[in-house]
Amino acid sequence: MRIIADTGRCVGAGQCVLIEPELFDQSEDDATIIVLNETPEGELVEKARQAVHVCPSQALSLED
Amino acid sequence: MTTTEKHEFPMARTCPFAPPPAYEQIREEEPVSRVRLPDGGWAWAVSRHEDVRTVLNDRRFSADRQHPDFPQLVKGEAASRRPDEERLLIAMDAPEHGPARKAVLGEFTVRRLEALRPRIQEIVDGQIDELLAGPRPGDLVDSLSLPVPSLVICEMLGVPYADHEFFQEHTVAVIKQSTPPEERWAAVRAIQDYMTDLIAEKEKNPPDDLLGRQIVKLRADGTYRRTALAGMGFLLLVAGHETTANMISLSTVAFLRNPEQLAMIKADPGRTLNAVEEMLRYFTIIDVATARLCVEDIEVGGQRIRAGEGVLALGYSANRDPRAFENPDGLDIERGARHHVAFGFGPHQCLGQNLARMELQIVFDTLFGRIPTLELAMDIDELPFKDDANIYGLYQLPVTW
Ligand code: HEM
Ligand code: SF4
Repeated sequence: MRIIADTGRCVGAGQCVLIEPELFDQSEDDATIIVLNETPEGELVEKARQAVHVCPSQALSLED
Repeated sequence: MTTTEKHEFPMARTCPFAPPPAYEQIREEEPVSRVRLPDGGWAWAVSRHEDVRTVLNDRRFSADRQHPDFPQLVKGEAASRRPDEERLLIAMDAPEHGPARKAVLGEFTVRRLEALRPRIQEIVDGQIDELLAGPRPGDLVDSLSLPVPSLVICEMLGVPYADHEFFQEHTVAVIKQSTPPEERWAAVRAIQDYMTDLIAEKEKNPPDDLLGRQIVKLRADGTYRRTALAGMGFLLLVAGHETTANMISLSTVAFLRNPEQLAMIKADPGRTLNAVEEMLRYFTIIDVATARLCVEDIEVGGQRIRAGEGVLALGYSANRDPRAFENPDGLDIERGARHHVAFGFGPHQCLGQNLARMELQIVFDTLFGRIPTLELAMDIDELPFKDDANIYGLYQLPVTW
């Protein structure tokens, strides 16, 4: 599974970082998303799904 | 298709801990329904979680609160609109909105905010010292709920502590529904003038605070304008003040009413953040403020909405929608649900949300940790809940210990 982030859509609310700082970070400059680990495994897969679910701008998606 | 309004808006509450009962009725019977507004006009009330998210995340809905057709929730409010003035962030649409928001977002990253934690803790401790040193019963609203967010944002922006009373007074006038339009406008002006002067002073030698850093950054980008930054400073000051304060007061009541849930966070502060999230959902203090104006025809929840029509995205209804939350009317601090819309949704989703979360977390851990015997000094049914305000909350909260 692969995490796809559309930085153009990201509104920088940081919900994803709160859910899993191991997977996501925010740029220092404008707070847009940085994916730290694009191919999560194990427990992190569920965290990635949660992040997709809460992201307010549908900037995140998963690809099998 | 519906052509008449079955309901008046705002709808009356019957319980301080629940949305107006009519929300459930419309959500089940006619999820996108016409409601009559106080000025005699009408708007679409959107009540289901999925549809509320659609409205808040689709460009066919505008957030332009200065537009003459934007739904008017307070009679006479449209008279204080200024369609020719520059919009604040919260009233901007694409393409202006994105860049304006990104310019300041770097100040609100999770990492940046973590660095502020010790200072917020100090501020909270200081206010609790004051409460404890004062008379019993004391008013939690005055001693804790209002000063904490105000001191925190003043410090972030670099507003001198000595001026924070000035802000307290004027922000209250801006937010209260009963403020006459002319008075509201005067209060807005007073804060904006103050901001403009403060920023002009900071321009000379930009200090290392939010406003100072914005001056440096925007100058480097070649987009610096004093009035725009003053507008942003104003919004940050006002947007996070009453909101966070009301959440502190209401959640304190909810914790005291549910001692078994309070005991859980006292035993394990690791649970407090989830509890904060649940309180946000449970109260959804900003409900009608997430209104929009339709600017291009669209279908939402099976209902055609036309350009020029107003829409109320009812966040409180969405957050109690059984389609999205199990047992939605129950308070369950272990729920761990983050897909609520208490901070809105889409491009305008609250920019200060992670600051608010941190403030609330620190306040609850500290308040109940330091005053384990805290209790209400007034019956719940006598507490002055803000039934008349755009932002729900409490005017006063007498507590003792
Ligand atoms: C518990 C406290 C808070 C709640 C419930 C809350 C709620 C909201 C909501 C619902 C919106 C969306 C409005 C819309 O879509 O029309 C919003 C936007 C906003 N909030 Fe908050 N807020 C809180 C605290 C704060 C704090 C602490 C700050 C700043 C220090 C802040 C700054 C803002 C700003 C600047 C916007 C506009 C963002 C934009 O238009 O892009 N808020 N807030
Ligand atoms: S949750 Fe979505 S919008 Fe927010 S920072 Fe992450 S990707 Fe961006």
